[in-house]
Amino acid sequence: MAYSEKVIDHYENPRNVGKLDADSDNVGTGMVGAPACGDVMRLQIQVNDEGVIEDAKFKTYGCGSAIASSSLLTEWVKGKKLDEAAAIKNTEIAQELALPPVKIHCSVLAEDAIKAAVKNFREKRGE
Amino acid sequence: MGKAEVLNVPVYLDYLSTTPVDPRVAEAMIQCLSMDGVFGNPASRSHQYGWKAEEATENARGQVAELLNADPREIVWTSGATESDNLAIKGVAHFYQRKGKHIITSKIEHKAVLDTCRQLEREGYEVTYLEPNSDGLTTPEMISDAIREDTTLVSVMHANNEIGVVNDIAGIGEVCRARGVIYHVDAAQSTGKLPLDMDAMKVDLLSISAHKMYGPKGIGALYVRRKPRVRLEAQMHGGGHERGMRSGTLATHQIVGLGEAARIANEEMQVEGERLKALRQHFWSSINDIPEVHINGSRDHRLPGALNVSFAFVEGESLLMSLKDLAISSGSACTSASLEPSYVLRALGLNDEMAHSSLRFSFGRFTTQDDVDQAAKSVRHAVEKLRELSPLWDMYQDGIDLDTIEWSAH
Repeated sequence: MAYSEKVIDHYENPRNVGKLDADSDNVGTGMVGAPACGDVMRLQIQVNDEGVIEDAKFKTYGCGSAIASSSLLTEWVKGKKLDEAAAIKNTEIAQELALPPVKIHCSVLAEDAIKAAVKNFREKRGE
Repeated sequence: MGKAEVLNVPVYLDYLSTTPVDPRVAEAMIQCLSMDGVFGNPASRSHQYGWKAEEATENARGQVAELLNADPREIVWTSGATESDNLAIKGVAHFYQRKGKHIITSKIEHKAVLDTCRQLEREGYEVTYLEPNSDGLTTPEMISDAIREDTTLVSVMHANNEIGVVNDIAGIGEVCRARGVIYHVDAAQSTGKLPLDMDAMKVDLLSISAHKMYGPKGIGALYVRRKPRVRLEAQMHGGGHERGMRSGTLATHQIVGLGEAARIANEEMQVEGERLKALRQHFWSSINDIPEVHINGSRDHRLPGALNVSFAFVEGESLLMSLKDLAISSGSACTSASLEPSYVLRALGLNDEMAHSSLRFSFGRFTTQDDVDQAAKSVRHAVEKLRELSPLWDMYQDGIDLDTIEWSAH
């Protein structure tokens, strides 16, 4: 599989790997995918009182594009408002990383992950 | 320092995929190409160029026959194991179709066997695909239970190409002979690595490939038993070469290459087998303290130099990306176009996750202890790195049973 330099860079130097306190009130967690399908992403966002994402962490089980897609996503969502973050499209991720067609589903998973994290956060807040 | 390290190329640990041509084989082949060499058509009867070429191909036939302890007249040249499998299975199925149209094989055969069987199904044959046991083995008992009145052919491989496990082909042969069923063996992965004795084993047809045993690509052979005689319907028609079983001008240089490869294998098999087995055991003992590492397939019945390992909680393709210094292959879906994990590992009863996280290491004639040490070191590093990134590893360490979670399959 010939990957773009951007994928390889994110794979070799993944940004924002880690874990936030899932029980905290200002943290939203999205876990998407399934081990059987070969990829699971866990994306967590920490949101301040202005509704701005001030930190994001991820861990991903999956191929190189799945890891790169989630790493890139954490960079993109930081500093964004919840609505802006939830509006990120998989096509933007796929384009930025120049994912081959067979790997598009990795970017779809990343889009699902941020939507799930935002939803989780809003549910916690009773929104 | 290993040779690969000096040359700055990945260490080649994919000998089940293909092997480099042994320099002795290359030398023998070069002698059969140009004007001052043995370039003639072995079928030319009217001049010495033809006679010399025929002598060369017949000498090679003898070398292959010796490796198999067979009669040279039982060796039919083909383009490789895929063609041998096609010729054996279609050839027997068609020739004996009045006797019956039922074939038995296993679910983890090479695609050259499985796809040939699928084609016969389209032609109206019935095929039983046996599920191997959890060790990846197909046993004589399974065959015995599956044979019916109308069964004409059993095709069960010797050594599996993905997991390296070795079936009891002598035992299966006994069952087949007792029940009057023809037995074909795909021995592409075992020829030259494990002893094969056609005189002692009740195998009727056996496919071999040169490029898996340090010979060239594009040449193979099919062993076709003479006593009791096995009949085949030819699949390639033409000048009636190979006693009508496979027409086409003999590729002298390729055949000589296979012959020389067989000669070397015959001579060195035992010592080399012990060396490879020791390397394999050394490799396993250097990685088996990594938590949650599993060997796929039988530990005891396997090729000396082959090991298939699953590393739980990491995914095979990303593992390969971290192992750029190694040339190996993965059972992960993500390395294929299909997105389906290995059908072989699935048939062993592995869950998809473990199938996704498998790597196949195969050592061979030019593998050194340094190569194996480097592989073990790189694998350990890569697995640790990816587990740091893996949410599944987190959950496992927190004591969460992954099977209790409702995943959103996609």
